[in-house]
Amino acid sequence: MIRTPLRPLARILQARQMGENPDAIERENLRLRHEEMRDQSRTRAESRLLVLGVMFFCAYATVGARMGLLASTEPQEPRAAASGAAIIAQRADITDRAGRILATNMATHALYAQPQIMIDKDRVARELAQIFPDLNEEKLLAQFSGKRKFLWIRKKISPEQQQLVHEIGDPGLLFGPREMRLYPNGKLAAHVLGGASFGREGVNSAEVIGTAGVEKAFDAYLRDPGNGGQPLRLSLDLTIQAAVERVLYGGMKLMNAKGATAVLMDIHTGELISMASLPDFDPNDRPAPLTRGDQSDSPLFNRAVQGVYELGSTFKIFAVAQALEERLVNPSTMIETKGPLTWGKYRIRDFHDYGKELSVTDIIVKSSNIGTARMAMQIGGPRQKVFLGRLGLLEPTSVEMVEAPTGRPILPKNWSEISTMTISYGHGLSSSPLHLAAAYASVLNGGTRVEPSLLAGGKPQTGERVISARTSAELRSMLRQVVSRGTASFGEVEGYAVGGKTGTADKPKPRGGYYNDKVIATFASAFPMNDPKYVLVVTLDEPVETSGAKPRRTAGWTAVPVAAEIIRRTAPLLGLRPEIEPRDPVGVTLASSN
Amino acid sequence: MTEMVYGSVPRASGEPILPRWWRTIDKWTLSCILLLCGVGLLLGLAASPPLASKNGLQPFHYVQRQAFFGGIALVVMFVVSMMSPHQLRRYGVLGFFAAFVALALLPVLGTDFGKGATRWYSLGFASVQPSEFLKPVFIVLAGWLMAAGQEINGPPGRSISFAIAVVVVGFLAMQPDFGQAALVLFSWGVMYFVAGAPFFLLIGIAGAVVFGGTIAYNNSEHFARRIDGFLSPDLDPRTQLGYATNAISEGGFFGVGVGEGQVKWSLPDAHTDFIIAVAAEEYGLVLVLAIIGLYALIVVRSLFRLMRERDPFIRLAGTGLACMIGVQALINMGVAVRLLPAKGMTLPFVSYGGSSVIASAIAVGMLLCFTRTRPQGRIGDALLRRGRG
Repeated sequence: MIRTPLRPLARILQARQMGENPDAIERENLRLRHEEMRDQSRTRAESRLLVLGVMFFCAYATVGARMGLLASTEPQEPRAAASGAAIIAQRADITDRAGRILATNMATHALYAQPQIMIDKDRVARELAQIFPDLNEEKLLAQFSGKRKFLWIRKKISPEQQQLVHEIGDPGLLFGPREMRLYPNGKLAAHVLGGASFGREGVNSAEVIGTAGVEKAFDAYLRDPGNGGQPLRLSLDLTIQAAVERVLYGGMKLMNAKGATAVLMDIHTGELISMASLPDFDPNDRPAPLTRGDQSDSPLFNRAVQGVYELGSTFKIFAVAQALEERLVNPSTMIETKGPLTWGKYRIRDFHDYGKELSVTDIIVKSSNIGTARMAMQIGGPRQKVFLGRLGLLEPTSVEMVEAPTGRPILPKNWSEISTMTISYGHGLSSSPLHLAAAYASVLNGGTRVEPSLLAGGKPQTGERVISARTSAELRSMLRQVVSRGTASFGEVEGYAVGGKTGTADKPKPRGGYYNDKVIATFASAFPMNDPKYVLVVTLDEPVETSGAKPRRTAGWTAVPVAAEIIRRTAPLLGLRPEIEPRDPVGVTLASSN
Repeated sequence: MTEMVYGSVPRASGEPILPRWWRTIDKWTLSCILLLCGVGLLLGLAASPPLASKNGLQPFHYVQRQAFFGGIALVVMFVVSMMSPHQLRRYGVLGFFAAFVALALLPVLGTDFGKGATRWYSLGFASVQPSEFLKPVFIVLAGWLMAAGQEINGPPGRSISFAIAVVVVGFLAMQPDFGQAALVLFSWGVMYFVAGAPFFLLIGIAGAVVFGGTIAYNNSEHFARRIDGFLSPDLDPRTQLGYATNAISEGGFFGVGVGEGQVKWSLPDAHTDFIIAVAAEEYGLVLVLAIIGLYALIVVRSLFRLMRERDPFIRLAGTGLACMIGVQALINMGVAVRLLPAKGMTLPFVSYGGSSVIASAIAVGMLLCFTRTRPQGRIGDALLRRGRG
């Protein structure tokens, strides 16, 4: 038993002595203590109740104030926006340089379901699966029977599909208006445009955001309502782009190549008139990225911008340009071309044996690796690197596409003497066809640096001078001779004085070393060569020309004819007049003369 | 003269029950409650026809039912408020055990009406939700235990009441019915606070809640998403909350007019959880503010009357009841205006629901009883203290 102490002990003892009942004293004491405690707890409770009362009052006042705030705002449902930050559905069009539509918007609908107000879930699932064959009836039914009260069925549907869904007639199927990005030209300029998809989605509208290409690079601009719907005008030309893609596709098939790319660029302004990469895709229905294998085999891969390849002999012109510019040689200087050129364990050979020596012009015309390497040795590695850097070949291009930074050139880790020699003829340094086009434009336009651009309205660029106008003229003459009497003889297009340089590079194996039977064939050209206006680079991936007894893979047999056909088709569209050389009037007799 | 010399003889007051009741009852609170009942019927006229038409009944079927239950509820409320606190304590504790048994047997005998939570007993003509009845009697029991715990040599009332609260919350969470569980826990907390919770404990609990919340927010993606969803300004206008918010906006200050509202057709819970949205749409901000004012008046006035109360049991139980009713209303309206995350909770007296109205009537009857004016022994107090020196 717990003994409770007798309190107040003194008085109780006294009472016991006096013979009184101590219980009364103890009870009295307990009562007094109780009362004291009650008073204490009552005052404490009073203050705490006051706190509670004030808190409740404030809470109710907050709810009331919030009600007032809500009641004084406009109802939001009729508007396009969900609530709060409005979703801006407008997106500016994209046009080509002449204002022809490349990308625009179309009003369509999204389909969603509210299963709790659906009447016949089985029938809805069955009929939806009939309208959209890729939907699974059981899966739909499971979704309808689940807990979800709202689910998207399709992000965008065609008017025909919408009518069919209407005909199901179930109140649980609803449509939300959508602005859909539409590329009316289908695959045309797919890589440049990229694509768009929905971002934040509400019921009544959805954000359209760019996912690749210029759509993504100019996403903020296209969505900026401040531009007032002003379209984004690209430097591309719709008709020329169509012609280039068509010819390139034919060439790719004819040459049995697995991929191809073409870049057509204004030599002075850097505007890209056409840029094509094959295989391509339809941006209206952008395929998913590859989940395995090499991304560069995906149709989404933009070979012109993202693809970096060893571009072979097309690089020789840069070594010659630098040697000429630094007065190490002149076009008729003879250079030793006796092969093979041995450097340590490496041997550099030519495609054919060109004898003891060739002039600088002939080294370009016949494409001698040994001669170019010897010139590069005279220049030296560090100066070569500086020169290539000034041509923009060591950095990603500045073209207005999100993919541009991924097209970073691959440089040798250690720019040794052998690297200097191999880079002079285009091995050991990988860059994109767009890099090559810009560098050719820079050395052939009179010698000032040009950067590629996709925006229309570019003025002639007055970039940094890389070579003198005289050197530039000498290079033009050499490149013209490559076509008129050299490796690119198939490149002759009557009346347009095409000049250019072929390049055939063995493809590197993924594990090191080079394939014997796989090449990247490139033709980098400019026209008309007496006063170049445009640069065209055509690159074929693994082409094989099989009309002869032996399969031929060199650029002269593969890339050059394709490029020539492109020039033949597009030069008139570009507004260039063919220069018909006056011929002797054979068979024409002067009928009368006075 | 005799009384002056020998002190008054304690005897039962000869005053008849009804006049004394009328003299001592808090008429303000009573009026507020009657007004709320009226508002409930008025809103029932607006909100329940869609439900009736959906269930193939006469348009005002649910209004009639509400009026019927409301009548019963008023009788219950008057009877309860006429009892003495001692009677209430006795019946309350007994009632708690009955309700608790009913709650505990729910998993065996209850039905879920296809809503995924077993909370109801089906009686054929009506359904009963034991947790609704459990709340007021639990508060009475907890108030009694806490008051007893304050006695010298008394039982450890706070610990026992806390243990009971935990068990009840556990049963409610099993149903699951987190809303009621939170209400029970909140009522217990408020009573503990008024009974003199040590301050460092309160600060500690506040700190633990903030700390725990931060940890949960940072570590649990699910929790973070719910909170973000609640905090984000974007609201899908086709959710219940979206409809409710739009309805309030549509209503403006004076409403779109009686019977003109649209939200009741879109919201499945328009007659219960979102009845305030119906009120806001059809009658405007005016009625909503009036409703808020009524609840605020009931709660604040009851709390102020309880401040004068001398009996710890009455004070604690009354506080618990007032706060429970007040918070329930607060949460219901707070959800509709998106101050609080979505949580289904009825608006006491206004929302439709038979057992809910009668349970609320019991709670309010008790509250009225506890806030009745009764002698607080001030004169005797003063005399005694003076006499003792």
